[in-house]
Amino acid sequence: MKKEKRSFLQNNVVQSLLASLICIVLGLFIGFIVLLFINPSGAVDAILTIIKNFMVFPNGNIALKYLGNTLVKTAPLLMCALSVLFSYKVGLFNIGAAGQYVIGAGVAVYAALAWQLPWWLCALLAMAAGAALGAVSGLLKSYFNVNEVISGIMLNWISLYSMNMLLVKVKEDTSPYTKQIAIHGKAALLPSLGLDKLFYNNKYVTIAVPLAVLIAVLVWVVLEKTKFGYELKATGMNKNAAKYSGMAEKRNIIVTLMIGGALAALGATMFYLSGYEQWATSQSSVPGMGFNGIAAAFLGGLNPIGTIFASFFIQHITEGGAYVDKTMYSSQISDLISSLIIYLCGFVLFMKHVMSKHAAKKGGKE
Amino acid sequence: MTLLLQYTLLYASVLILVALGGCFSERSGVINLGLEGIMVMGALGGALTMKYMAGLPGIVIVLTTILISALFGLIYSLLLAVACINFKADQTIVGTALNLLGTALATVIVKAVNTAANPDDVSSNVQYIAAKKSLIVNIGGFEFNWFMLLAFVLLITAYVLLYKTRFGLRLMACGEHPQAADSVGINVYKMRYAGVMISGVLGGLGGIVYITAGVSEWKFENGVAGFGFLALAVMIFGQWKPLRIALAALLFGMFRALSNVYSGFDFLTALNIPSTVYNMMPYIISLLVLTFTSKNSKAPKAEGIPYDKGQR
Repeated sequence: MKKEKRSFLQNNVVQSLLASLICIVLGLFIGFIVLLFINPSGAVDAILTIIKNFMVFPNGNIALKYLGNTLVKTAPLLMCALSVLFSYKVGLFNIGAAGQYVIGAGVAVYAALAWQLPWWLCALLAMAAGAALGAVSGLLKSYFNVNEVISGIMLNWISLYSMNMLLVKVKEDTSPYTKQIAIHGKAALLPSLGLDKLFYNNKYVTIAVPLAVLIAVLVWVVLEKTKFGYELKATGMNKNAAKYSGMAEKRNIIVTLMIGGALAALGATMFYLSGYEQWATSQSSVPGMGFNGIAAAFLGGLNPIGTIFASFFIQHITEGGAYVDKTMYSSQISDLISSLIIYLCGFVLFMKHVMSKHAAKKGGKE
Repeated sequence: MTLLLQYTLLYASVLILVALGGCFSERSGVINLGLEGIMVMGALGGALTMKYMAGLPGIVIVLTTILISALFGLIYSLLLAVACINFKADQTIVGTALNLLGTALATVIVKAVNTAANPDDVSSNVQYIAAKKSLIVNIGGFEFNWFMLLAFVLLITAYVLLYKTRFGLRLMACGEHPQAADSVGINVYKMRYAGVMISGVLGGLGGIVYITAGVSEWKFENGVAGFGFLALAVMIFGQWKPLRIALAALLFGMFRALSNVYSGFDFLTALNIPSTVYNMMPYIISLLVLTFTSKNSKAPKAEGIPYDKGQR
């Protein structure tokens, strides 16, 4: 039996955790510097507000309610992050998650309002639509050699415009927003099973929150513990090797993006069928949820369990950004910090390399 | 008809500039998915310049705007260069981050500028209506824009630089086979820096041309609506060759122009197609075009792979 004692720093989990923490701290620090440049007098307050989010409310119950709101938005973000993560494990960069999220939202909301379907059927239809959109990227990638990032971006915009066109049919007469699901599509509202009571009667907290966590665990099991997951990962590591060892590498690529699409679309269902927000049919930019999913996936060290915490953190600072003093700063400062974190995640490989080297050096001296 | 021609040439100019930027970067071996973000930063620099220089002589405005936009793009592209060349970061992640960061940063800056001037103004809009007049020369109904000339000159320059100079040939060698280039004494890192920085300059210029094309104020929250990626599609369709890129840009430019001017054509209005469909058109066309042209793609062989001197 060979038992090697490895240094603390050489442990992969520790390395990932440390690297993510470095990204967060640096991201917040650079964000703070930007705040200082804009207006030095309120910068400390603003960055603390972003970090505190719901804790800015002194009343415990109100804070609890707003924690609920953060969780309501964390669920869809986590789903988008899982979509990105799942595809990335197979060597695909699913920037199309944003569009798959859009099409999921469109189909779910339309099915709820126009056809009065129950929530689970809306969710299934949305997932099918998301999977179909993912399949388009997958087909283009495997049979026509089209880069999935570029096809993903094109499909994001096509989805946005077509869903706006579809949802105009179920919008309120006097506003660009779709009708309220709580009034016009009651059957489609996600059940809360008493979870709302835990958050000071926040009616938007539904089964979506535990469901998203459950799916994260499921994704982990599929990727790490099944033959199917192993085949997909092998395809991601070396397409040709997978092909020569008898795996259907083209099919694997398509299936992966279909699963990614279904995950992102389910995320949209979780958000829009909670009734928290109505879709604005006049919106001219793709919702940021899919893009923030990229941040959460990488910040979570590309591990489904890590992604749960990373999604909460990203949503936490995004919500926190809404509370900064608007006479000095804008809420987009949170987007700035999230995108800085993605940028810094590009350096994770380098950081791990340095850590390993450092640990090896130390080990050699002893 | 003149209107369609005018907008086609304008949008084609944008696509030519940005796609050439992508071409230089990829020819040196670095995939630049951050062009979208670079465009936003270039647009920001140019728009602010135009906002504050209104009233000065036209030629000064035009030249300064060009200079500042190029400079903003150049500086911003260094973020990509450092991460991808020195730290061997994943080029897809960094490019995507730059796109998101570009829009967020520009929004934060513009909002800060607006609220500093007027505490009630929380919009992310920049107006440049006054200075925009100096960009345009009216020739019998056709509004000639100096940026069209700029794109044309830079197209010729890019062609000559890439194929007729020692620099260009060396640059392309680094994208095809960096080890071989290194073995004959070419500094691969330097060449790749040059490639990315040129893409920064061209991307930044493309950004200011784009936001001044149809309108005289810009809402920075919207970024540049996927135009950087359309330019990448143009580059792939153009097979990484400047002259082909120009032709592809004209085609794509026309479809983009249609969404601005379709209401001027009787037979198009008679078809009664909703305006949203025209908005979608460039994206649909580019997907179709990519489907039929990517199979035999002539992409530089070493693009996307970080160069490591120690590996042979």
